[in-house]
Amino acid sequence: MIAAVKRFFNTFLLIELLKGMSVTGRHLFARKITIQYPDERTPQSPRFRGLHAQRRYANGEERCIACKLCEAVCPAMAITIESAQREDGTRRTTRYDIDLTKCIFCGFCEEACPVDAIVETRIFDYHGEKRGDLYYTKEMLLAVGDKYEAQIAADRAVDARYR
Amino acid sequence: MEAMQQLLGPAWMPVWTLVKIVAIVLPLLICVAYLTYAERKIIGWMQVRMGPNRVGFFGFRLWGLGQPFADAVKLMTKEIILPTGASKSLFLLAPVLTIAPAMAAWAVVPFTDKLVLANVNAGLLYIMAITSMGVYGVVLAGWASNSKYALLGALRSAAQIVSYEIAMGFALVGVLMSANSLNLVDIVQHQAGGFWQWYWLPLFPLFLVYLIAGVAETNRAPFDVAEGESEIVAGFHVDYSGMGFAVFFLAEYANMILIAALTAIMFLGGWLSPFPFLPDGFFWIAIKIAFVLFLFLWFRATFPRYRYDQIMRLGWKVFIPVTLVWIVVVGAFMQTPLGYLFH
Repeated sequence: MIAAVKRFFNTFLLIELLKGMSVTGRHLFARKITIQYPDERTPQSPRFRGLHAQRRYANGEERCIACKLCEAVCPAMAITIESAQREDGTRRTTRYDIDLTKCIFCGFCEEACPVDAIVETRIFDYHGEKRGDLYYTKEMLLAVGDKYEAQIAADRAVDARYR
Repeated sequence: MEAMQQLLGPAWMPVWTLVKIVAIVLPLLICVAYLTYAERKIIGWMQVRMGPNRVGFFGFRLWGLGQPFADAVKLMTKEIILPTGASKSLFLLAPVLTIAPAMAAWAVVPFTDKLVLANVNAGLLYIMAITSMGVYGVVLAGWASNSKYALLGALRSAAQIVSYEIAMGFALVGVLMSANSLNLVDIVQHQAGGFWQWYWLPLFPLFLVYLIAGVAETNRAPFDVAEGESEIVAGFHVDYSGMGFAVFFLAEYANMILIAALTAIMFLGGWLSPFPFLPDGFFWIAIKIAFVLFLFLWFRATFPRYRYDQIMRLGWKVFIPVTLVWIVVVGAFMQTPLGYLFH
């Protein structure tokens, strides 16, 4: 009975509504948490999994030895590899494609790679303008790797203790 | 001005009135544009966001102040789609019918004791009659679109506006009893003598009912079931695009400003200053309108949408009894020596 009366006055005298308005009223003056994206960016972990890259050794030799572990582990079957023997007798890829529209950015390829050849970079804001633009070939992946090698190497160095 | 009067002769009156109408409607439309900006900013702030802050003028951002113009240009350049099943003439007539009353009501709204387009004695009646017309546009839009969402939205809107108009009318009856006049200028002048003399205090329940019913009348959150974008996508104006939609949008916000202005005039002392030693003027009514509009936005940022039966219950079972009781209280007190409290 008393509870019912109390509830009646709480609603009839708009007390609950005023409480709600005081909450939004306080937030009106609160510090805004918006990140203004192209100008400001959120901090990223060195383990960030973004656009893929193929790395090279310091002497310019490509790291990938066409073991196809990444192709095997890829849950989305986004990686396609063909290999052949080079003149010097080593095995290298003749084709290394990643379909980024299939890729789920799980990072398994990176984990599986015995020579740290395929890696995921911090780049997340790339785009394609026509169909097929997001089908990355070996040359494109190597180009990404060449461009961002300093950052990739630094991230691997930071994370090395935990691997 | 004398020379112009000589030149135009008998045509002077209509021309001069037309000039005055333009002088009211143009600033009103700019206010509507910036009300949308204020709404997005304030609701953004209340949700700990920033709101629009990119579009400015001449390469300067200016906190996004150019946003309303960008929106207007976008809406004007968009295609107006006529649905195949729609009744063409009614479909095009509906936005006009919605915005015309929202504009016409401003004819009797006094900005100061001199600054009023038509200082008519039946101003309050005129306001109530004209604002009731707005619902026809909504109903017609829903009907002419020939779409189930639009029809549902129109039905909801019609029932809601008709229900809340009764409470609103009763709330104004209280004002009418206190002021002894239907003339809006007289009503304001009856409230002279400081903010404790304004009608919001002696008629406090009516003030609250009028404010909340005003939110419901303009189909604003939390009473926006007529639009109800999560259930019936956009309600009565779901089939409108481009300028057709823009006109509905304009009408909604013009109605908000109108209700805010009426609240300021009826209950918050219009252009009167809150303390007798401060000068009266247009400044005060502008502040009061802005305050009521801020409340509208605050409500929208705070409350979730009412369920439809809750809206009807609030209108019929709470507001109408409350207003009736308070009218009786006011009427009874007026017969006693304490009656001066209500004048």
